[in-house]
Amino acid sequence: MKRIYLDHAATTPVRPEVKKIMDAFQSDYFGNPSAIYFEGRQAKAALDNARKLIAKILSVEADEIIFTNGGTESINLALLGISRQHRNLFKKPRLITSRIEHPAVLETMKQLAKEGFEVIYLPVDKFGVVKTEELKKALNKQTLLISIMYANNEIGTIQPIAKIAKIIKDFKNRVGTKAQAQIPQFPLFHTDACQAAGSLEIRPSKLGVNLMSLNASKIYGPKASGLLYVKKGIELKPIILGGGQENKLRSGTENVASWIGLAEALKLGQKEKAAEAKRLRILRDYFIKNLLKIPKTFLNGHPRNRLVNNINVTILDIEGEALILQLDKYGISASTGSACHSKILQPSHVLMAIGLDPATIHGSLRLTLGRDTKKKNVDSALKVINKVVKELRGLSAVNIQSNENKK
Amino acid sequence: MKIKNKKADLILKNEVPWLYSENVKEYFFHPKNFMKPEEEKKFKFNAYGEAGSAVCGDLMKFWLWIDPKTEKIKKARWRTFGCGSAIASTSALSVMITEKGGMLIKKAMKIKPQDIIKRLGGLPSIKIHCSVLGDEALREAIEDFKRNQNKK
Repeated sequence: MKRIYLDHAATTPVRPEVKKIMDAFQSDYFGNPSAIYFEGRQAKAALDNARKLIAKILSVEADEIIFTNGGTESINLALLGISRQHRNLFKKPRLITSRIEHPAVLETMKQLAKEGFEVIYLPVDKFGVVKTEELKKALNKQTLLISIMYANNEIGTIQPIAKIAKIIKDFKNRVGTKAQAQIPQFPLFHTDACQAAGSLEIRPSKLGVNLMSLNASKIYGPKASGLLYVKKGIELKPIILGGGQENKLRSGTENVASWIGLAEALKLGQKEKAAEAKRLRILRDYFIKNLLKIPKTFLNGHPRNRLVNNINVTILDIEGEALILQLDKYGISASTGSACHSKILQPSHVLMAIGLDPATIHGSLRLTLGRDTKKKNVDSALKVINKVVKELRGLSAVNIQSNENKK
Repeated sequence: MKIKNKKADLILKNEVPWLYSENVKEYFFHPKNFMKPEEEKKFKFNAYGEAGSAVCGDLMKFWLWIDPKTEKIKKARWRTFGCGSAIASTSALSVMITEKGGMLIKKAMKIKPQDIIKRLGGLPSIKIHCSVLGDEALREAIEDFKRNQNKK
């Protein structure tokens, strides 16, 4: 049985071109970039070039890029590093984020709340778009940092990052603060762009962000490889201490092969972005249209402003984990926001935030397409989903009244 | 499931374990005694009980035919809304109470979640509370039977 992998938002396979170049740096060019002899200089030169390549793609300076061990670490470094470095400029420093962020943001915010920061969680509308009016209300002179994700990992909704940046800029121009007198960029704006790199504009200057987190494992690069972009002139406290690598901001021997893999994956992805986004959008809409033909189903997330590869539907009367296990049996890999699927037995905070009630969250199904997904795979998946849904509904104890219009 | 890559096999030892035990797998993929939609109107029962709620993510229903003379459970049907282990645990319980000529209701009243878990060959501890509600639904059904008998 050939499996159909439809969980590219979870992770992607390393593409062959990336694997090839990484293999070389794992074995043949293995030197430690801190060493001054040949192997060390060789590794350092390679890493420098990878950094320059990424800088060119992002239209930023090479020294504005800090390599990390993945998206979660980038986000931790951004939020903890910025907040802890600058807290003394404020009486009661405020952090603003949204209710639908990735746990990497939400858990870090929880930690910062324990450290005395005031954290504001912005609500979202029924499509998962951050309510910008609420942001305007939340911005005050004590605001240190705003962190809003670019595109949501569960429902695919794309946030109006440039519009949010404009609101923050307008606030800056209107209100002068003590902190701004020292660092004019305050309050700072960070975006978690981990899900966005494959299909959206990611140049920080176009988005209006001061910090941005990216990772490789969502764009056909290696796992445990990411970067944090930090606008020049903004200082932050490191969260990993040691030999002072990455401009003293991220100690630990450089993960040369993985970071070169990240650069290569980003380069190849950017080249193909426009054509691939167009192809995936058509495939996504076809998938959604046919899924919604199943009775008692509805789409979660924004109908148009969503990632080109993201599909998230609720299928009433069945539970997500049972559905995933059945699909898995037929060789289809997918994901759900059901509580039973999570390690903590909590239903998806994203689906809660867009106003779904727990009974319907249990029936959510996320399918995320990728480079290798073809129309015939979608057709096969649709066949299996229809069959499995019928079976599971056949033994289900509930029959929720259809509420497609209730949302 | 077999893995093709020979190098990966050195680590994987050619096997990818399933999420739960083999027994859970069998009871989940081949559910026993569930109430098929087409037999819903025909199935003769004298006991009905349910436990859980759709909001919590698990709801179980039991329909039983109990022989009024011998007080043995002769037939059982169930429906479950819930995860894989919830479906498997109801499925296993329905077999436990109907095999070997049917269980005496006196004995069935004493079935505990641990008995079902044993039959399933174990469950992750986090899953036990939510997915093993079958014993509760079963007791509800037997109480229902007793009430029905008293009315006669």
